[in-house]
Amino acid sequence: MTAPLTETGVLGPMGELLVAPLIGFGFGWFLERGGLGCAPKLAGQFYFTDLTVFKVMFSALVTAMLGAFWLDRIGFLDLRLVYLPETFVLPQAVGGALFGAGFLVGGLCPGTSCVAAATGRLDGVGVIVGMLLGVFLFNAVFTFVGDFYASTPLGAVTLTDLIGVSRGIGVAIVTLAAIAGFVLASRIERVRP
Amino acid sequence: MTQRYADPYLAGVGLGLVLLTAYVLVGRGLGASGAFASVVAAGTAAIGGAGRVSASPALAPYLVHGVASPLRDWLVLELAGAMAGGFASAWLAGRLTKSIEHGPGLNGGQRMWTSVGGGALMGFGAKLARGCTSGQALTGGALLSAGSWIFIAACFASGYLLAPFARRLWR
Repeated sequence: MTAPLTETGVLGPMGELLVAPLIGFGFGWFLERGGLGCAPKLAGQFYFTDLTVFKVMFSALVTAMLGAFWLDRIGFLDLRLVYLPETFVLPQAVGGALFGAGFLVGGLCPGTSCVAAATGRLDGVGVIVGMLLGVFLFNAVFTFVGDFYASTPLGAVTLTDLIGVSRGIGVAIVTLAAIAGFVLASRIERVRP
Repeated sequence: MTQRYADPYLAGVGLGLVLLTAYVLVGRGLGASGAFASVVAAGTAAIGGAGRVSASPALAPYLVHGVASPLRDWLVLELAGAMAGGFASAWLAGRLTKSIEHGPGLNGGQRMWTSVGGGALMGFGAKLARGCTSGQALTGGALLSAGSWIFIAACFASGYLLAPFARRLWR
């Protein structure tokens, strides 16, 4: 196993910090290339008039998922050493629902709001200011929501672990579902241009 | 001369390769809301005093290096790079603007309020969910994290369920 480079000692703590802006640069670059700095375009996702969000997001997800799976399979990347976010069922369901409502109202998500702001859109700055307020509010009421925040923990677990099938099956199902979604998306856009 | 946006699938594959590179180089993925959390924690510490912050379980994890922590925070550096990347891409494509983008039913002033309101909801939600569209949906989703897929499902279900009530904002 050669990677992750930080885990195998090839890349030290300073190197880790130095690649952060480079990876970020690519992140912002491709978000802008895809048009994801434009709020009305993103909001079109929720009205089936512009499915760019779905297309960019799921083609990115499938690319990274397949890449990570096969690099692990050929012995280059040890997936067990890649940080897997921990699962907390209820806080993530409720947090996700609040986030979805905010995404609909704000028209941008945290990453795309930064791209919007960087490309001269003031509404992107507004979303950034709102995000900071929302985080501040969460910290202010943490005494009251802390118990809920830590509730229903499942640990760092994958869907395939939970169901009890191999990772490869999960990867195949997500890939096929995404392809079906892409086909459906092109049909929807043909009906509602 | 303003160029058209790239094919969304091409942009998506590029984004996916950036995410894959992050897994390979640093064993972690992309993120955005975590950087906001780091900045808020440092701001609170600068204004309210570091002592009160280190006592708060919501803030302490972000302030390992004191008030200057964001300067050494991976996600903050990454998101600063994302702003530079977005700027460079738009600049080269002639897409830099100075505008407030909104739906036909709102004026610019109203749109600024909805952008702040939407941002606040997302900030609170992302803290509760431990991540946003970048850290949970993309990064965790591609690793098949159970919680990330719960986040994806809840986020889009909520957006679509509420969309008819928010028509005035965008249609």
